[in-house]
Amino acid sequence: MDLHFQGYEATAEEKAAVDSVLGEASSGWDGGEREIALDGRFARGGHAARSRRDLLLPAFHAVNDRLGYVGRGALEYVCRRLTVAPAEAWGVLTFYHLFATQPKPPAVLHVCEDAACRVHGAGALCARLERTLGPAGTPLAGGKATWQKSPCLGQCEQAPAAWLVEAGERPHGSILAPFSDPTAWFDLIGKEAEENLDQRAARLRHTVPQLETGAEQLRLLRRLDAAQKPSLEGYRQAGGYQALALALEKGPAWVIGELNASKLVGRGGAAFPAGRKWQAVAENPGPRYVVCNADESEPGTFKDRFLLEEDPFSIVEAMTLAGFAIGAERGFVYLRGEYSLAARRLEAAFAEARAAGLLGGNVSIGGAPGFRFELELRRGGGAYICGEETAQFNSIEGKRGEPRSKPPFPVLSGLFGRPTVINNVETLANVPILLQMGGAAWAALGTEGSAGIKLFCVSGSVTRPGLFEVPFGLTLGGLLAMAGGLAPGRTLQAIMLGGAAGVFVGPEALEMPLTFEAARAAKATLGSGVVMVFDDTVDLGEILLSIAHFFRHESCGQCVPCRIGTERQAELLTRLKDGRTLGSRADEMALMRELGQVMRDASICGLGQAATSAIESALARFPVFSPPEVSP
Amino acid sequence: MWGSNARETHPIFFHHLLKGIRRGARLISIDPRRTSSAQWADLWAGLDVGTDIALAHAVAREICEAGLWHRDFVANATSGFEEYRASIEPWTLERGSAYTGVPAEVIREIAHTYAKSKTAILCWTLGITEHHNAVDTVVALINLALLTGHVGRWACGINPLRGQNNVQGGGDMGALPDRLPGFQHLEQDEVRHRVEAIWGRKIPPKRGMHLSAMMDAMEHGQLKTVYAIGENPLDSEADGLRTRRIFKNLDFLVVQDIFMTGTARIADVVLPAAVAFCESEGTVTSSERRVQRVRRAMKPPGEAREDVDILCDLAQRLGHDWGDPEPSQIWDELCRVSPLHGGMSYRRLEELGGLQWPCYDQDHPGELFLHQRLWEWPLRGPRAVFQLVEPALPVDKLNEEFPLRLTTGRRLAEYNTGVQTGGYDFPTRRGETLDLSPEDAISAGVAAGEVVRIRSRRGAIEAPVHIDHGLRPGLAFMTFHFPDQVATNTLTIEATDPRSGTAEFKASAIRIEKLGA
Repeated sequence: MDLHFQGYEATAEEKAAVDSVLGEASSGWDGGEREIALDGRFARGGHAARSRRDLLLPAFHAVNDRLGYVGRGALEYVCRRLTVAPAEAWGVLTFYHLFATQPKPPAVLHVCEDAACRVHGAGALCARLERTLGPAGTPLAGGKATWQKSPCLGQCEQAPAAWLVEAGERPHGSILAPFSDPTAWFDLIGKEAEENLDQRAARLRHTVPQLETGAEQLRLLRRLDAAQKPSLEGYRQAGGYQALALALEKGPAWVIGELNASKLVGRGGAAFPAGRKWQAVAENPGPRYVVCNADESEPGTFKDRFLLEEDPFSIVEAMTLAGFAIGAERGFVYLRGEYSLAARRLEAAFAEARAAGLLGGNVSIGGAPGFRFELELRRGGGAYICGEETAQFNSIEGKRGEPRSKPPFPVLSGLFGRPTVINNVETLANVPILLQMGGAAWAALGTEGSAGIKLFCVSGSVTRPGLFEVPFGLTLGGLLAMAGGLAPGRTLQAIMLGGAAGVFVGPEALEMPLTFEAARAAKATLGSGVVMVFDDTVDLGEILLSIAHFFRHESCGQCVPCRIGTERQAELLTRLKDGRTLGSRADEMALMRELGQVMRDASICGLGQAATSAIESALARFPVFSPPEVSP
Repeated sequence: MWGSNARETHPIFFHHLLKGIRRGARLISIDPRRTSSAQWADLWAGLDVGTDIALAHAVAREICEAGLWHRDFVANATSGFEEYRASIEPWTLERGSAYTGVPAEVIREIAHTYAKSKTAILCWTLGITEHHNAVDTVVALINLALLTGHVGRWACGINPLRGQNNVQGGGDMGALPDRLPGFQHLEQDEVRHRVEAIWGRKIPPKRGMHLSAMMDAMEHGQLKTVYAIGENPLDSEADGLRTRRIFKNLDFLVVQDIFMTGTARIADVVLPAAVAFCESEGTVTSSERRVQRVRRAMKPPGEAREDVDILCDLAQRLGHDWGDPEPSQIWDELCRVSPLHGGMSYRRLEELGGLQWPCYDQDHPGELFLHQRLWEWPLRGPRAVFQLVEPALPVDKLNEEFPLRLTTGRRLAEYNTGVQTGGYDFPTRRGETLDLSPEDAISAGVAAGEVVRIRSRRGAIEAPVHIDHGLRPGLAFMTFHFPDQVATNTLTIEATDPRSGTAEFKASAIRIEKLGA
């Protein structure tokens, strides 16, 4: 596309923000001062400039972090720097909800209104905020702040949650959970509060109840150290980097062999064998890439956030292992934009690993011949769809996060069109552990059909919500018991398994073992490990509507079945809720099934294919939106 | 891409070029202006107007100096290398830089990139050929291709991009003063006699006049009748005031065109013609020498008729019965006359969807690229000759009175004098402007949109100012798309290359005058 500029000028502050990512402009042609003696005679650009297209989103983030929005001047400056047509860059910028294009207050409070938070009163909370502060978007605190509603923030174990993010010279974000006081957060504006060790210890114990009841059995979560923040030293003392040392000794084929023996499958929801993925990428011609999918956005999921916040080095080591095993020199962590703390911890971990020679031009342990491996953090921009692997590649490449048609699959054509290993955070976190244990031993921790261990994110109407690490095979009821069960006097209404793209089950499923095979047999799914519990006080209809609205909001709009289908689904549920059905309720149910079938058959990616799954299952199992029975 | 803004002037070609870029091809743009084509380039070099030969020599010398020339190809397939090398010896990077304005380091980069590329194509358009020394400049570029062996191979070569879908075809068919169809030289008796035998007519043994020579002949009263087919010289020729005077003095002017052009408006007879691409049957030939069929999709309106019918009727009235030939008959006759087209029967063109010449017989698949023989060993046929040429600056000199260099060209939305495009709306059309660098606008005290008088040694016109950052101080740009609004060619100079007959549209000396001052 040609570069058509409108002539908007970037301010010095905007330029500085962009330059902090891209370096300074080299000539008048790429946005610097026009020096006619040189600029009148030559210009460089072309492939060299366009090859940095993947820095488009980081540049937008830099401006958005500094000013709270990306104005037209900043947009044009970024476009000149990277030789991207402003019209195209605008399409990218406006794809991501976290970027604003108009000036707004620097501090924004994002209040979660998704399912888990709804169980804990998010609906009423938002209503109270509206009464007290005015509608979402209202300037507050003398124009310094505002608030808005947000999809799931991944803080479900401490619901209801809010995320306060502040633009400025020192941009920062912090989680306020549980969130209740509509105005107390004003006091936090302009302050960069770091939690102290006591607060941190309390938070860890809250999120991982097993720390108090059975810490010795933990493997994935065993390195959580309530006494200190994650550090390379602490990680190594707890056995970190022993797997990489072993791998360097035994070679790439050994790593892939153990991975195959472990029968580890992806923990993001799709459950694809990790060993097969790595092997296929290793066999395809380089350059190859490693991507850690940390765009955890499935409502009800918070395991990846927690691992990245509290055990970031395990991901660094796992990705380095992947780089070594498949022969990749670059890896990317694509992190959900809302995960401020995880971003800080990862950047710090990268820096520490780099300084220790565990990332960079010569990664080596104990004098073994080294290899090149470098990691980069890429922050998402608030788009659920970017959790889909090909959408994520597009996003890293600086494009709209729209999924690609498959095939070709990422093992052949992934990031930058090259063979790519992309794995979920939890999947990767298991790799160093299984290499140390031996793949077969790790596999034996689980069942025949479900190897190893699994993290479950339990939230909703349980007394001890949190993250639970269990070997495959525990029953759903057993897991709920670990989470403290329901509050006294409550009865179980429904459980959502696998997130908004999963299914609802009823109390009959409590006996179901938590394994892939049992879930399949019960026409359920484990998905990303979400177990969201709803007792009899929860308005399930409200939850379903919030799920429908979530998908309507997060459909990328690229393909018609999903774009229109998610809209129709939301309309259909609204009709049911309002008792204004088209024809009978049975007609609406038939329409719902047909809609679901069309979306499963014809959507490009999993979002559209699964967008009706949970809702359909709930409508089929529970008398949601049924007219109240007339009392005699 | 040398002297071409193909992004705007050859958008279809450029679309193919973009596909190449997408697959990793590198683009160097050599052009006084940083055009929208140059925005796509890995490197743009902004030379002074008319210094192309010097730049080519400096590039060539650097290639020799760095030992990057193709020794085997030069030894086996060319002649005159040593003389050539001696002739470019003075063109050091420093001297080339001083003469052209392009930094020495950039010249060096061009030389190394071009010479080291496995395959490379040199494309140019009117930025090379609309100069008083056009042929010399083309020769200088040909020498670069010979030096590096970037010719006669797949994905290599030199290519003047044609301005219309069938400019190549016009030349191929013999619409040149000294050529018969298939570029056969009519002054060679053997050739002429062979064609005379086919046609059953005598062919004048001496070449005719090219357009610039015709203009001189008209001016001196030696040429009194003109029959212009599909040409609008009144608006397109340099030194427009003179052109108008000359045409007004003709005894008789016939214009055959699809539009009522400026020239048609002063003609004695206007013959409305059918549109070639949709109202006629026949063939066209693209820049890659590919002959394709065109088919009639609709009937021409009103009294408009196909060119062939008009010509045959005219012949009839002049006493020659050419019959009522079908396009296929005319084409098949051409195949007998032109050896290059010998195997391109109408039937094969239909069956194969087109063929590239040369195509000597019915079994020949046509050739993807020319001059492959230069890579054969031993070489068949003559060697390719390094011809010696010397740089020469534009005729219209800059001085204190006329300090600005005006160059002319085209824009995406428009074609030439607007005959074919002016009648249609286009969202980016902005009419004629004098494009100036921001620096020159400031020093002249003029603002964007302000109408100024532009004066050259030949005349003056008025046009609004447009600021273009792609220009540097001393360089101005205009198009000639809107002759009814601004007669740009009032300013241009009729300094013509004696061999090609092309005028130096690309280099006039002008000054700006504020109105009311």
